[in-house]
Amino acid sequence: MSLSRREFLKSSAAASAAAAIGMSVPSSVQAQADDVESSWRWDKAACRFCGTGCGIMMATKDGKIVAVKGDPAAPVNRGLNCIKGYFNAKIMYGADRLTQPLLRMDKDGKFDKQGKFAPISWKRAFDEMEIHIKKALKSGGPEAVGVFASGQYTVMEGYASQKMMKGGFRSNAFDPNARHCMASAVVGFYQTFGIDEPSGCYDDIELTDTVVSWGANMAEMHPILWSRVTDRKLSDPERVKIINISTYRHRTSDLADIEIIFSPNTDLALWNYIAHEIVYNYPESIDWDFIKRHIIFAASPVNIGYGMRRSDEKSVKDGKYNDKEMETVSKEMQKVVSEKEAPALKPYGYKEGDIMVNKNAGLAHWEISFEDYKKFLEPYTIDYVAKISKGNPDEDINEFKEKLKTLASYYIEKNRKVVSFWTMGMNQHTRGTWVNTLAYNVHFLVNKQAKPGSGAFSLTGQPSACGTAREVGTFTHRLPADMMVDNPQHRKITENKWMVPEGTINPIGVQHIMKIHRDIEDGLIKFAWVNVCNPYQDTASASHWIKAAREMDNFIVTSDGYPGISAKVSDLILPSAMIYEKWGAYGNAERRTQHWRQQVLPVGDAMSDTWQWIELSKRFTVKDLWGEWAPSGPRSEKLPSIIDAAKKMGYSEDTTMYEILFANKVAQSYKLDQRDPIQKGYDNSEGYGDSRKVIGSDGKVFDGYGFFIQKYLFEEYAAFTRGHGHDLAPFDVYHKVRGLKWPVVDGKETQWRFNVQYDPYAAKAVKKAGTNNSHAFYGTLAKALPFGDLNGVKNPEKKSLENKAKIFARPYMDPPEMPSSEYPVWLSTGRVLEHWHSGTMTMRVPELYRAVPEALCYIHPEDAKHYDVKQGELCWVESRRGRVKARVETRGRNRPSRGLVFVPWFDEKVFINKVCLDATCPQSGQTDYKKCAVKIYKA
Amino acid sequence: MQPRTKKEPLSDRRKFILTMARGIGISAIGGFVWSAYVDELKASSCILRPPAALAEKDFLRTCIKCGLCVEACPFDTLILAKAGDNRPLGTPYFIPRNTPCYMCEDIPCVPICPTGALDKASVTFEDKLNINLADMGVAVVDAKNCIAFWGIQCDACYRACPLLGSAIKIEYTKNERTGKHAFMKPIVDSDICTGCGLCEKACVTEKASITILPREIALGKVGDYYIKGWDKADEKRLEKATSQTTTTDISKKSAIDSLNANMENFYE
Amino acid sequence: MNNVLKHYRFMLLRRLTQLSLLFLYFGANAWGWHFLQGNLSTSLVLEKIPLSDPYAVLQMFVAGSLLATNILVGAFIILVIYFIVGGRVFCSWVCPINMVTDFSAFVRNKLQINRIEEKQPSSRNIRYWVLILSLVLSFFLGVSAFEFVSPISMVHRGIVFGLGFGWAGAVIIFLFDLFVLKNGWCGHICPLGGFYSLLGRFSLIRVRHSEEKCTLCMKCKTVCPEHQVLYMVGKESIQVLSGECTNCGRCVEVCEDDALNFSIRDYLNNTQSKEEK
Repeated sequence: MSLSRREFLKSSAAASAAAAIGMSVPSSVQAQADDVESSWRWDKAACRFCGTGCGIMMATKDGKIVAVKGDPAAPVNRGLNCIKGYFNAKIMYGADRLTQPLLRMDKDGKFDKQGKFAPISWKRAFDEMEIHIKKALKSGGPEAVGVFASGQYTVMEGYASQKMMKGGFRSNAFDPNARHCMASAVVGFYQTFGIDEPSGCYDDIELTDTVVSWGANMAEMHPILWSRVTDRKLSDPERVKIINISTYRHRTSDLADIEIIFSPNTDLALWNYIAHEIVYNYPESIDWDFIKRHIIFAASPVNIGYGMRRSDEKSVKDGKYNDKEMETVSKEMQKVVSEKEAPALKPYGYKEGDIMVNKNAGLAHWEISFEDYKKFLEPYTIDYVAKISKGNPDEDINEFKEKLKTLASYYIEKNRKVVSFWTMGMNQHTRGTWVNTLAYNVHFLVNKQAKPGSGAFSLTGQPSACGTAREVGTFTHRLPADMMVDNPQHRKITENKWMVPEGTINPIGVQHIMKIHRDIEDGLIKFAWVNVCNPYQDTASASHWIKAAREMDNFIVTSDGYPGISAKVSDLILPSAMIYEKWGAYGNAERRTQHWRQQVLPVGDAMSDTWQWIELSKRFTVKDLWGEWAPSGPRSEKLPSIIDAAKKMGYSEDTTMYEILFANKVAQSYKLDQRDPIQKGYDNSEGYGDSRKVIGSDGKVFDGYGFFIQKYLFEEYAAFTRGHGHDLAPFDVYHKVRGLKWPVVDGKETQWRFNVQYDPYAAKAVKKAGTNNSHAFYGTLAKALPFGDLNGVKNPEKKSLENKAKIFARPYMDPPEMPSSEYPVWLSTGRVLEHWHSGTMTMRVPELYRAVPEALCYIHPEDAKHYDVKQGELCWVESRRGRVKARVETRGRNRPSRGLVFVPWFDEKVFINKVCLDATCPQSGQTDYKKCAVKIYKA
Repeated sequence: MQPRTKKEPLSDRRKFILTMARGIGISAIGGFVWSAYVDELKASSCILRPPAALAEKDFLRTCIKCGLCVEACPFDTLILAKAGDNRPLGTPYFIPRNTPCYMCEDIPCVPICPTGALDKASVTFEDKLNINLADMGVAVVDAKNCIAFWGIQCDACYRACPLLGSAIKIEYTKNERTGKHAFMKPIVDSDICTGCGLCEKACVTEKASITILPREIALGKVGDYYIKGWDKADEKRLEKATSQTTTTDISKKSAIDSLNANMENFYE
Repeated sequence: MNNVLKHYRFMLLRRLTQLSLLFLYFGANAWGWHFLQGNLSTSLVLEKIPLSDPYAVLQMFVAGSLLATNILVGAFIILVIYFIVGGRVFCSWVCPINMVTDFSAFVRNKLQINRIEEKQPSSRNIRYWVLILSLVLSFFLGVSAFEFVSPISMVHRGIVFGLGFGWAGAVIIFLFDLFVLKNGWCGHICPLGGFYSLLGRFSLIRVRHSEEKCTLCMKCKTVCPEHQVLYMVGKESIQVLSGECTNCGRCVEVCEDDALNFSIRDYLNNTQSKEEK
């Protein structure tokens, strides 16, 4: 029935007016109003995009999603959205959606790496995957099978893939794109708190007096949170201060009381300056009672390199890096201490001109005394810090100093609450872990951490970087709920829960996402599968990895909804169900877990990544995977056979991984039931199959697993979290609420972790310890340390630090590549509000595409003149690794100072990651996309 | 009844007069049709002209329709009106939703204009071309359909604006409904807005909720008889101020006439 | 073959000129060439030399526009050029509509539409009326009146900048010439042709007829789009002085007796034939 707007208004107005005065509505009017209401269905979901985690409602009509609204009941966004969220209903139906598996083939229909893509059946797709995985296993063992995992996996997908990789293939070559986004924050949390994820939550925004944004453009990247910050500022403009600290001017400065433009990498110096100010000039502001009860001081080596390739690695030896590239890469082995960093390194015994020999030190650190910490802080005087960190050459140094002093004064002011937010500026950093820990230093010194309205808070970029990548543990080194593959105890717990033999899990987990790319280039990894990400667009030094994928003997598979660069680089493409075409759950930056139901059937023959993993598991048996594996790659010891142990558990050599990992007795107990109010009326393509009658991996119509696989996966995973400070609520609860912040204890979420007043785990820990401490930093990782000074361990005997957190001595150091006469300009990359990551979804929404059709090169007008490039014209941005053409923008949203350009990375036509350097934080493995040296010239 | 007489041949003089009369008559018919058509086209005044265009009336009489500005535009922004565009034929214009003016710093479309229909002086400041002086139109926000006024975090127009922060400003207000978010509403400063249309192009609503209109259409005008007491600069308008004799319905008769008019209305 | 070439030598040259000019204009817009930019209203040669349509400039002047120097210089250059080569050389050698109307005349001839109505019902002076009217309207409307409706600019601009419904202008003229009035547009109505006719009265290059060689085959009169200007054929040896002659050269190339040729105007010894008066 079609009703004109006017008729609709009239009839609904009549109905509501009638209802209001208790009159019975004439049935014809009532029927009309009902009819209009019932032709669509609203159901709750989470926004597909960033880590803010806005709640939305999806309207479904005739089996398609037709509209979206912000969920007024969602506490994060109260019905609002940013413009990406506004277009959630339009992301799934792009004209070039992938709808069937595609394989590169020759004319005879055989796989041919140089062939063109042509459609194949799901059965053929899994046949090819099986062949190539078996080939890879034969060539290099489990380490030769890699997966590019994701912070955009649903919780269930992440868990299924993790289980098959680590419990089935015994491979840890499994790491998410979240490595590029959150890894430094994670290691920062681990080293400081012994457990991952923020102590505070978004409620801090409404409670704080000061918001300091460090290397985050919240106005564009977290718009809904930024609108909350704005509201806070509006409610008390005098009291509330906003400070934007960045390497270039961007939209977050609009609201800021103070804008601090610093020279790239000197955020380390800024944090240490604030600490110096506290310790040397305002010692009375240190809360010694808090420090003594809760904090120890720690140090770690400084000659740790930059996470680039080392000279003994195969591709370097094979000459795959040219002389220009080696100018930078060689610094991985040793470097000369510069004038800029020499004062900061003086307490470590270095002086300008010294050769620093870099070694891989891992995550080692040790306890030091406060006096040593104080000695470490000594160089960070206002003069030194202002000199090295002033990022705008046109700014007056005294004005800059005043700003730094004011900044420090906000942290120091006794009754002022302070929140420090950051994202990629501090995480994508060759000293990312360090700078993350330095943030907590300052908050700890003045006792402004893990309290309502105060705390250092790492914002996430991806919708489930926390919920899936970190909490499920889809990293090479992690297992669910903060457990580690290198911890025998943790492996055992996991193996038990997974019902796989002891010794299944590979103890060496070092193949992080950069390492996976490098292992492909070195020829170790022969099979790689891309899941819910776009690693061939999002990785720096991109040409290397694309060349390796296209020209070497390997097999790359990409599962995606749309043909991005990764799909183009692949040999096999699998069409994936997109977010609202499957049951799922995401976890946002404030530990809030949110679930949704399958709203519609996937497009074409697309199936969810969970299904793809489970179908793959049917192809592999105990004898295929669980025999002995010789040493390979990073693993110097053999991986023992567990076939006998498996037999003892009742499995045979021919039992498939499907039967063990996914369709076991426990799984079968999760029933599909249309009387269940959670399931009633909703599709479950994995559970039942669906009306599309997709021909599955065995060549027959797929008619479902017959049990509630998503609930099984979630509940099995959630069991890891419960009782360990990560507690998730039951599956059904999440379908009734608008998400809950874990740990959920006795049905209640937790706002401020480690704080005895708010966190039941902290209360329990304090009670157990018998103290009356206000906080308990109860994380268990690295909680026993030897003692030493800045230069190393003096007393190797480890002392327990139960319930304590750490303040780290970590100096300012130069990044490996800085502007020089040949490459005189800093390049920073990042995002824009309109586009999500590599643009595979948002570049297909016509409105967003029209709003921002291409990535621009933001440059200072004087620089543009100096390099003879003009506003609106094309220029080359060239580094030692490659060059791209981009349009010059001297006006607009981002305003770099002289000496820096900013280019967003969403646009595959402006493939800036060809230019970027794949240097990483050596401790976290996260790439520094914010700094490399380029030259600019006319195109 | 008189017998029909054979018609006399017309005299040369009469023939000439008749020919002239017929010519004038036909010309009059043609002239009316022709001028009606031209007038109709001229009336379609909702047209955005290239930067530095003269006022529409002068522009129409000065533009020679050569298309040199169109050829000079590096972004293919400018179009010469074709038959069917319902705009004065052959004159240059642009549709910002399709291709806005990217505000080139050297404004190549202007100096090339042979007739001065694009007036270089109007975009020249201290002997240098300055595109920020252009006034092709002015952006107007539809506050009902602009999603920023709903509380959506959009600002796409603001970020697209080459003069962001001055031509489009953001007005921050509290969102009382949610209690913890803020509205960020785009507000256009018509003094600064050049009408380049980058905002209209970027607007993410189905039909743009911020649109460029010619300034004559979009902007009001305040009379010179009131000056802002709080703004010294506003006194500039006094230069043009003159005293005027005012007339309303009640005052159109002279004082004497109205005094002498009958007084029926004042008493029964 | 040679004969064909000889018979159509001017026609081919004209088409070549018309098409190359169009191509140069088109290239300027499409590929950014700098040889000949703009269009027939105003052009820029080699980014330096302005050329302007003097009739358009006249309308602008009447409409009350302040005329820029560039435009005046451009119009002057054009006036000088056509003064030298013949006013309506524009019509037959440059104007793209000429190709349409020539084609129409060709079809009309083939279909023998002429035979329905031998006598043309209309005066060739209409164009002067239109010319005057366009100036009057320009004055009252304050815009260049003919430029708003000119099918010439419409088509030419259309080819260079995008056609829109501009093709309709060409089709209307084609059909009008074909079915309504022989040589209707160029020979009767077009005020631009009228304008150049006035200039042509004084211009330098003219066709000369030599009566002694004429065999009275009258082929010249059949092909001439303005056959009234050839009143002297077979009668007297004089130059074709009427401004309405477009110097298209059709009469010269069809004449097998060498009785018609281009020549330089003889200002001294030319008498207007009484017959024309």
